[in-house]
Amino acid sequence: MDWLIEFPELGRGDLRDLRKGIDEGFKSFTRAYGESIENFFDPLLHFLIGLENLLLAMPWPIFIALVCWLGWLASRSLKIVIGTAISFFLIGLLGMWEDTMSTVSIIVVCTLVCIGVGLPVGILMSRSDRAQAIVTPILDVMQTIPSFVYLIPVVMLLGIGKVPGLISVVIYAIPPMIRLTNLGIRLVDKEVLEAADAFGASNWQKLTQVQIPLALPNIFAGVNQTIMMSLAMVVIASMIGVTGLGQPVLKAISNQYLAMGLLNGLAIVALAIIFDRISQSYGKRLQSYRQGGHGD
Amino acid sequence: MTDSQTKIEIRNLYKIFGDNPQAMMDKVRAGVGKDQLNEEFGHVLGLSDINLKIPARGIQVVMGLSGSGKSTLIRHINRLIEPTSGDVIVDGENVISMDDKALRDFRRNRASMVFQKFALLPHRTVMDNTIYGLEIQGISEKEAAKRASQWIERVGLSGFENNYPTQLSGGMQQRVGLARALATDADILLMDEAFSALDPLIRTDMQNILLDLQQELHKTIVFITHDLEEALRIGDQIAILRDGEVIQQGTPEQIVLKPHDDYIADFTKDINRGRVIQLKTIMSPPNDQPGPELPGEMLVEDAAQLVTESPSSQARVTDPSGQVIGVVDIKSLIRAMARPDIESRIEELEDN
Repeated sequence: MDWLIEFPELGRGDLRDLRKGIDEGFKSFTRAYGESIENFFDPLLHFLIGLENLLLAMPWPIFIALVCWLGWLASRSLKIVIGTAISFFLIGLLGMWEDTMSTVSIIVVCTLVCIGVGLPVGILMSRSDRAQAIVTPILDVMQTIPSFVYLIPVVMLLGIGKVPGLISVVIYAIPPMIRLTNLGIRLVDKEVLEAADAFGASNWQKLTQVQIPLALPNIFAGVNQTIMMSLAMVVIASMIGVTGLGQPVLKAISNQYLAMGLLNGLAIVALAIIFDRISQSYGKRLQSYRQGGHGD
Repeated sequence: MTDSQTKIEIRNLYKIFGDNPQAMMDKVRAGVGKDQLNEEFGHVLGLSDINLKIPARGIQVVMGLSGSGKSTLIRHINRLIEPTSGDVIVDGENVISMDDKALRDFRRNRASMVFQKFALLPHRTVMDNTIYGLEIQGISEKEAAKRASQWIERVGLSGFENNYPTQLSGGMQQRVGLARALATDADILLMDEAFSALDPLIRTDMQNILLDLQQELHKTIVFITHDLEEALRIGDQIAILRDGEVIQQGTPEQIVLKPHDDYIADFTKDINRGRVIQLKTIMSPPNDQPGPELPGEMLVEDAAQLVTESPSSQARVTDPSGQVIGVVDIKSLIRAMARPDIESRIEELEDN
């Protein structure tokens, strides 16, 4: 009855060979393609570095003014603009300006990549049930697998640096963008779509004139979630060489620097709140047509 | 009606809903009925052998209760629904055999549609909704805006161009729907229960707008409704649909005076017949007594008023050229307006 109590696992040797086989296979894949994959991501790296240098070179009052102006355009809320200005001022005052600029630049690039990749994938999913059936479990894996686990192959493939960090942040942050784009388009009123059909709209016209505009509030909720999740991932990504607010936090953890960890952590929180409020109020403004005198 | 005046012809149209409609088609042709098809084979017979010739430049009403297949039928004309079998011929061209591009062109330029629940684009203003069809046609923004503002004015929405649909009442939203459909200049207008979601007063209002526009535009209008009153009021031709079959078609008068079966008779019983029946239908041969001259197309209800107020108790009925072709007296006018069940009682009383 031993086999009932002891799980009939593979032999020690077999298991070792299996792991070794996978490791070797991936290593040879890395040797063969690592460089070309690295080259593929080169433009992204240059863009990220360029943006970071730009933000660092920019005089701080101009940066604050720029962010406040963007915030105003998006939210039309004085409260948000003033909050933004104060937060950035405090961050600078407490000596975290440069790290914050690095973090902002990586968040911006990550968000752009997530939108650039997530939007088309989400649209594809919304148009085909088969695509949805294939992509959904992949997204489930991306959202639940511990992020340290996929840091390993990324580092093996691309080494330590900004690009692997960027990729791991994107893997972590892209699922809500894809899911909410898909959901938003699927939720578009069938009757409005039928009207578009009745007027002879082509698929492209339906997508650009009806489906995406009407899905925009949901898509925007996806962008918002993506930004929040990339910020959450910044600390972990700093383990593989992403500069920014995550690195001091990491240092603080290993050396038990309470104040340093707290300050940098709070700076991340401040960034999160600023991005969240601005993008949410923009999302709400997109829906302003829904609040009419009649109907609701 | 000659063929040259037929704008839309629906031939042997069948629609079966279910997993394998084509296979069921043979069974239906072999005489399997709607109930049997549903119970034994799990398929729903939506439309069964519809044949309809819709005249050009007139209003064809398709009337039926919910579940009769009327909304399914109208969606076959612009092929929003694919038929299981049958043809829809518009201007000699079969819509059912068009390829995707031809069908899109057909929908863009030749048949526009008004929906029961308006189906406006909620993120667009009244103006941008109205130009929607023109935008799809690829007409320049400036030209589209010019044309659209004419239609917005025609439906009485001037000043609301920059409002969003949710800011408008139901009646106003449907005016936008109407303007959007008219703006494409299509000569076929498909109206799917277009006024059913509106309050009675607004509905009458919209019917008036439609009739006014039609006097001038002479479009071929297919109008779906479940309301017989509405059907009789605006229809030049009416087809009555029940369980996916056309059970009677004809002019409003024919429907009211000669209901095909008890089902239709039941419907028409409570109708104000005075508003449907024309003088020429009930007149007797001319006599030499005096009376006001009234056109033969005048409705009985209107004539009753005039004859009551004139000193003579009868009116002379004329044809369009002014020739006297008959007379009607008060008694025949009242009899024409009476409900059929009461009419038979009158006859009983007279016999005694």
